[in-house]
Amino acid sequence: MSSWLDYTINGLIVGNVYALVAVGLALIFGVSRLINFAQGSIYLVGAYIGWVAVVQLHTPLPLTIILVAVVAALVGLIIERFGLRPLQNSVRIAPLLATIGISFVLDQLVMLTFSPNPRALPSQLPDVRFQVGGGTIGPLDLLIAGVGLTSALLLFAFLRYSKLGWAVRAASQDRDAAMQMGVDVNRVNQAVFGIAAALGGVSGLLVGMYYNQIDTAMSLQATLKGVVAEVVGGAGNVPGAVVGSLLLGLVESYGVAVFGTSYRNLFAFLLLVVVLVLRPNGLFASARQAPPEPLTGTFIAPSRPLRIPRWALLVTAAVFAILPFFPVSFYVLQTLINAWLLGMLALSLTLVAGTVGQVSLGHAALLAIGAYTSALLSLTLSVPVGLAIIAGGLMSAALGTLLISPSFRLRGHYVSIATLAIGEIVSLVILNWESVTRGPIGISGIPPLSLFGYDLISPASIYWFSFVVMVVLALLQGRLLGSHLGRSFRAIRDDDIAARAYGLSLNRYKSLAFIFGGFAAGVSGGIAAHLYSYINHETFNTQQSILALTVVILGGLGNVVGAIVGAVALVGLPEVFRIAAEYRILIYGIVLLLLVRFRPQGLLGTI
Amino acid sequence: MAEQLHAMLSLRGLTRRFGGLTAVDAIDLDLARGELVSIIGPNGAGKTTLFNLVTGLDRPDAGHVGFEGGDITGLSPERLAAAGIARTFQLGRVFGNLSVMDNVLVGAHTRLRAVKPAVPVIGPLLELGLALLRPASVKVEEERLREEVKVILARFGERLLPRIDQPAYSLSYANRRRVEIARALALMPRLLLLDEPTAGMNPTETAEMQALIAELKAEGLTILLIEHKLEMVMRLSDRVIVMDEGRKIAEGPGEEVRNDPKVIEAYLGHGLSGTAEQESAA
Repeated sequence: MSSWLDYTINGLIVGNVYALVAVGLALIFGVSRLINFAQGSIYLVGAYIGWVAVVQLHTPLPLTIILVAVVAALVGLIIERFGLRPLQNSVRIAPLLATIGISFVLDQLVMLTFSPNPRALPSQLPDVRFQVGGGTIGPLDLLIAGVGLTSALLLFAFLRYSKLGWAVRAASQDRDAAMQMGVDVNRVNQAVFGIAAALGGVSGLLVGMYYNQIDTAMSLQATLKGVVAEVVGGAGNVPGAVVGSLLLGLVESYGVAVFGTSYRNLFAFLLLVVVLVLRPNGLFASARQAPPEPLTGTFIAPSRPLRIPRWALLVTAAVFAILPFFPVSFYVLQTLINAWLLGMLALSLTLVAGTVGQVSLGHAALLAIGAYTSALLSLTLSVPVGLAIIAGGLMSAALGTLLISPSFRLRGHYVSIATLAIGEIVSLVILNWESVTRGPIGISGIPPLSLFGYDLISPASIYWFSFVVMVVLALLQGRLLGSHLGRSFRAIRDDDIAARAYGLSLNRYKSLAFIFGGFAAGVSGGIAAHLYSYINHETFNTQQSILALTVVILGGLGNVVGAIVGAVALVGLPEVFRIAAEYRILIYGIVLLLLVRFRPQGLLGTI
Repeated sequence: MAEQLHAMLSLRGLTRRFGGLTAVDAIDLDLARGELVSIIGPNGAGKTTLFNLVTGLDRPDAGHVGFEGGDITGLSPERLAAAGIARTFQLGRVFGNLSVMDNVLVGAHTRLRAVKPAVPVIGPLLELGLALLRPASVKVEEERLREEVKVILARFGERLLPRIDQPAYSLSYANRRRVEIARALALMPRLLLLDEPTAGMNPTETAEMQALIAELKAEGLTILLIEHKLEMVMRLSDRVIVMDEGRKIAEGPGEEVRNDPKVIEAYLGHGLSGTAEQESAA
């Protein structure tokens, strides 16, 4: 009995922390219809500012909280002013991508400044526990509850009674009407980002104190949890976000009580997927609404793709094909092998995100499914590696499509959230399903690549193998895009309502795109598994999903040649310039931001 | 009764509410084969909502939609497209990044042989296979459809043909409307719903569009038309239906409806109805 009360208290306290993040997300969504993927990074910044304040400046607790809130708010204002305001009239997907880029940049800056090693963030409160009924509660719990309640009251008062608060509410109900009535939408955005960031930063500080530890991995987790809570409560609904957060805290806490700690996140993401599928507008949403009629599809930047003459493509391919005959270093081949593997993933993502417009943030999960299938088949059933890789591709196609299918009815940013969550679920299932996946130990001793009984060990043979597979996949994809399916996919992307009115079933065509794309990604993962000889649940992570997205945007959404060019550029250029590994993610983030701002159609143009 | 048997489209008590607002209120309507019926009414009368209910983009709260003797209430838009119902949209929903040719080819989607097999899982996989392998039959079909699209585009004179490979986002407003109609014709519809096809067009363009619709009607196409330009409505329609605040307030031949006091009241506002009646009496 007593432990249940403890779990309830714990759930509510954690829920309170999530609420601080989720309320910020809900405010931002309300005003700009944007899911701010950088919210977790602000939370991370808050935690580290708190660490500096507590450990180095020895500030007292109230001052620490104020300092964190102010610095975080400043970061929020900077993000709004320089990251998002320039994109106001840009394509619909641009602000979302920008917040992802900002999140990468902020996380990496924190990591470079403070090192990736976890740090202890001591709580500045006495370590005592009070007996409450059958459970116990500490001063930190009370502080968290107090900060949660106080911010909720302050926010309520601000929205209800201040003039700017009125403007925020007006803008979130009808942005255009508010603008016509003289509301300064930029000021509203500033206010909202400032408040959201202050709340997020304080939340990071409190969590750091609660677990007595901070590290840079907190960022993505916080964003995910905040997004889950916000969507459960109904995107843009501030009280809903609070209720959603408490519900999420409780679900996790009880889930941990019954199944153990490693299941915590699994419950969060399952809750998200269930809510997205059953009540995509959140638990408290009102009646269904007809989506507005756009003039034309504005999802991707319209552009005239660069036409590359066939002979130029042939010559380039030939040059790369004969490259190993020249005295090139192992290092160059190794880099290009990585580029070909990333190229396959990018082909898959450019089809799904570019051609069909389903911006997937969980694409690495498809790699993982392919890699595990191929590794396990060759290892336990001694299936020949070539066949195992194909089986990995097929499994990725089938399972990936099946997992993502509940979210086919979602649109825009919701698709990104759902795919992100499904990607996390795949990784958590791999972690927890020990009897099949060997859990956290991972799979080692995966046999090397081989073809018709011959092991491919030399760098040149691995190079050729991955190059040929990638070229074949690219040719197939080109063929697909030239068929009626190509135009059907693009029609769905440009205007899914009009597409349905002309007989294009969203389920059918999104499935076909994911089947084809899942195969390419699964094959890439399969090859990678045999190349690495060891994989675990973290081998294929969200960073890779975002890297693939950057590649795809760099090359031009939907552009087959662009995907490969982008992969070579993003893998190759850091090598050419000998950029240290720890700066690479930072560079990828900056590249993403610059592209979104200055060349949303990418190098070769969207198709 | 006999009339109902011949009706291609029949609406019975069709109702759609949004919160407290009844956007479409118990509408009955019969449309015979080859007939052109216009729906007019002030903005917000529920005309477009009615179109959405007929084409499956929205579901009615009450009532039924019958099409060629079957009940199609609540069927998905994809099914209705396959059944031969095509529509255009009020604000023009073209596929911005697709060329004019591809936009219109999407209209012919339901007629492709590759999409015909309705078997779950196998059907879509066969479609994928056909798209990748592209046997001769698929190529021939594609070529035939491309020729067909050119014939359809030729109906718009030189408006669209020279722009056949341009992306739709680069087209003028009026040309986007034309692409929409061309796309609808590519479906070879049995029933065509046109939602304000001449919105934003100048008098010359409107006259062209009116001539085209008259041609389609002469070819025997059944058409339901939403239009604000009364001159055009009067010339084209076999019957006119007037909607106001979700209800059908008048129905009949154009001239008759035009002089109906209820219609004049709906258009000119309640305060003016007295004078309007006096004017019509005079």
